[in-house]
Amino acid sequence: MRACSWMSRLALLLLATFAAASGAQTLRFGLAEDPDVLDPTLARTFVGRVVFAALCDKLFDIDEKLNIVPQLATGYEWSADSKALTIKVRPGVTFHDGEKLDAAAVKYNIERHKTMAGSNRRGELAPVASVDVVDPMTVRLNLSAPFAPLLAQLADRAGMMVSPKAAQEAGDKFGVKPVCSGPFRFVERVAQDRIVLERYPNYWDKGSIFLDKVVYTPIVDATVRLANLKSGQLDLIERMAPSDVAGLKSDSRFKIAKITEIGYQGITINVGKSDLAQKNPLGKDARVREAFELALDREGIVQVVMEGEATVGNQWVAPDNAYYAKNMPVPKRDVARAKALLTEAGVSNPSFTLVTPTTSDAQKIAQVVQAMVKEAGFDVKIQSTEFATSLDMADKGQFEAYVLAWSGRADPDGNIYSFDACKQPLNYAGYCKTDVDEILTRSRTAREKAERQKAYDQLAAIALKDRPIVYLFHRHWLWAFTTKLSGFRTIPDGLVRVQGLKLN
Amino acid sequence: MFHYLAQRLATILPTLFFVSVLIFGLQQLLPGDPALILAGEDNDPTVIAHLRSTMHLDEPFPVRYAYWAGGVLKGDLGESQRIKKPVLDLILEKLPVTLELACIAMVIALVIGVTAGVISAIAKDSVWDYAANIVALWGLSTPNFWLGIMMILLFSVTLGWLPASGYVSPFEDLRGNLAAMIMPAFVLGNAIAAVLMRHTRSAMLQVLSSDYVRTARAKGLDERVVVIKHALRNALIPIITLGALEFGTLLSGAVLTEQVFSIPGFGKLIVDAVFNRDYAVVQGVVMFTATAYIALNLCADVGYFLANPRLRG
Repeated sequence: MRACSWMSRLALLLLATFAAASGAQTLRFGLAEDPDVLDPTLARTFVGRVVFAALCDKLFDIDEKLNIVPQLATGYEWSADSKALTIKVRPGVTFHDGEKLDAAAVKYNIERHKTMAGSNRRGELAPVASVDVVDPMTVRLNLSAPFAPLLAQLADRAGMMVSPKAAQEAGDKFGVKPVCSGPFRFVERVAQDRIVLERYPNYWDKGSIFLDKVVYTPIVDATVRLANLKSGQLDLIERMAPSDVAGLKSDSRFKIAKITEIGYQGITINVGKSDLAQKNPLGKDARVREAFELALDREGIVQVVMEGEATVGNQWVAPDNAYYAKNMPVPKRDVARAKALLTEAGVSNPSFTLVTPTTSDAQKIAQVVQAMVKEAGFDVKIQSTEFATSLDMADKGQFEAYVLAWSGRADPDGNIYSFDACKQPLNYAGYCKTDVDEILTRSRTAREKAERQKAYDQLAAIALKDRPIVYLFHRHWLWAFTTKLSGFRTIPDGLVRVQGLKLN
Repeated sequence: MFHYLAQRLATILPTLFFVSVLIFGLQQLLPGDPALILAGEDNDPTVIAHLRSTMHLDEPFPVRYAYWAGGVLKGDLGESQRIKKPVLDLILEKLPVTLELACIAMVIALVIGVTAGVISAIAKDSVWDYAANIVALWGLSTPNFWLGIMMILLFSVTLGWLPASGYVSPFEDLRGNLAAMIMPAFVLGNAIAAVLMRHTRSAMLQVLSSDYVRTARAKGLDERVVVIKHALRNALIPIITLGALEFGTLLSGAVLTEQVFSIPGFGKLIVDAVFNRDYAVVQGVVMFTATAYIALNLCADVGYFLANPRLRG
C-alpha cells in the first residue's frame, strides 16, 4: 500500500515536471551582433538595447507612433518655466534582487548616469542639474535650461533603472551580472555565444508576460541567421537581409514584420571639418552639393541597395514622422539642372573621394551613387575601409564625403543636434552656422509641438540647402519569426518588446 | 640536463620579451582610434577621454607597454573594454571550444586524408587514384565559408538533421555537442584532408618503391601487411609532422568557420576584438597563444633531449 502511494506520488511529480517542461516557453532570439557591456550607464551599442528591452525597464517607453508612454513612471508634470520635470514613480515595482524602486532609487540612477566614470549617458542628461526626492514616490529633475527631448531620453537607456544596492556592490563590473526591474532577469552570458534571461516572477506587469525564458544568440551572418530560423534553431531573428524577404514570404511557417527605422542612411560631406573642405569643389561650393543631390535617384538607390526595403527620405527624420519638414519635400532627380549648376559653379567634372565602411549596404550605396552622379559629370572615387578606420578618418576630417548611417533616436533632436550644431561630437561635416545653432537651441528648449515643428521647418530650409549631410533613405527594420510566435509589436526604434509575446 | 634546460630557458625569456614588444607594437600600428570605436556611436568626448585614460592611450608608447607588461608578469592580462570581463576568463572560456573543434577536425582530416592517400598510392593511375585526386583538388579549392553555408542549407534547413550553428558544452549534452561540431569540424578538416592526401600519396609512392618493401614482398608477405605495416608506418613520419603543423594553424585559423557556424571560439574572439579595437583582448589572446607555442616547443625540445642520447653528450 505504502509503495503504491509512493509510486503514485512519484508519477504525479513526473507528470507535473513534464507538464511544466512542455509548457515552458523559451524564446530563442537571433541577434545580428554580440552586445557590449550590459550596464545601461556604460552601454553603447544598438544590439545591447535589444537585450535591455527585456532586462531593464525604463521610466518611459515609446509606442508604435513614437508617443511617450509611462513605464516605471506613472505620470509626469513640467514646471511652468519648463526647467523642472516632476515624475511619479510606479508603486509596487521591485528590482530582480528584491529591492524596491522608489524616488531615492530613481535619484541614484540619474546621478549614476551623470557621474559614473565612462558613462555614455552623461551627454543625454547634460541639462539635468540636480535631482530632488519630493516624497518617497515622487522625484523632480531640475534642469539648467528647458530640454524638450528629456522625456525621450528617459524612454531609452538614460531612463533605465538598476538596483542601487547591486550597482553599489558591483561598481563598474555591474554589467557582468546586471540587476534591473524588467520582465526578465539575468541568468548567464557566454560572450559571443548566448545571453540567457528568465522570467522575473515579481514583475510589476506580470500579466503581460507569457514567456519563461529568452535566449539571445548572436549570429553575424544574415544568411546563417535565417538558416537557423528555418531549421527551427531560432524562433525570431532581427535585421534579416532585404534580399531574403521574397524567399521567406512564400514559406507559410514564418512571418515577416517590418517598420521604417527612426535612423537614416546618408552621405556626410566635409564642409568645414578640415582643410580638405576647401580643397574640393563639393565641400567648397553649395551649388556643387546641390548638383550632387539632384543627380541622385533615391528610389533607384533604395531598389538596388535595399531591394525596396527602405523608405526614401531627404531629412533626418522619415517623411511619416510628425516632425518631418513638409516645406522641404524629397527632390526629384534632375540631371540637366545638376549639369547646369556645375557649369554655373565653373566645375563641369568635379572629382572627390567617397569614403565608405566595408559593410555591404554602405558599399552598395557608394557604388550606386558613383554610377548615378557620373551622368551629371561627377567623378567619384570610392575608398572602402574597415569601420574603425573610417570612423577615425571622419573624426579627424580626413575625408571629402563619407557614407554613414545613424541608428536614430525617438526625439528628432537626437538625429540632428549633435550633427549640425557647431563643434558637436557627431558633426563630422564640420558644419557651423550661428543661425542654425540658434534654431537648434530653440527646437530643444521649446516644449510645445507646434513651436518645435516651426523650428525644424526653419532648420530644414537652411540645412537641407547647405547639405552637410545628404540624406538618402530610412531602412526598414525586418524581423522574421515562426508563426507560433504571437503578440509581436513593431516599434520604430527596432527593439523587440517582450510584453505580450507568446509561443503557441 | 640542468645545463641544457638553463640554456633553453635563457633563450626563451628574450624571445617572450621580443614577442610581447612585437604584439604590442604591431597593434599600435592598427589604423583607427580605439577610444573612438569603443565610445560607440554617440562619440561623447568625456567618454572618449575616460577611455583614453583607462587604456593609457594618452601616455607614450614605452609607458603604455610597461603598464601592460607589468600586468602580464603578474598574470593579469587586462580586461575587455567592450564587455568588462577579464581577458584571461575569456581565453579560458573559448580555448576548450577551439581545442575540441581542432581535434575533431584533425581526426576527420587524418581519416579521410590518409585513407585516400594510401588508396591512390597503391592503386596509382587507376580510377580510384583519379577520383581521390579530384576530391583532394575539390577540398583544396572550396572556400570554407561557402562549404559551411552549403552544408547548413542541406543538413539543417532542408534535411533538418543537424543544428545550423551554435555550441553546446559536451558536459551539458554530449550528443548535442557532437551534432553542433560535426559540420564545422568537417569543413575545417576537409581542406586539411586534401593536403594530407597529397602528401600521403607521394610519401607512400616513394616508400612503396624502396628496397625493403620489395624485400618484404619477395618474402611472400601478404600485400595488406606490406602496405600497412611496412610502407605506411614509414610514410607516416612526414604526415605526422605536417599534421602537427596543420593543427597549430587550426587553433588560430578557424576564424571563418567559427564565424559561419557561430562557434564561440578563439578565432571569433580575436576577430571581434580587432574590429572593436579591444586592445587588451587582442594582446592577451596573441600573448597567450605565443606563450603556449613557446612552452610546447620547449617541451618538445626537452622530450627530444631525453629521447636522443647523442644530444646529452
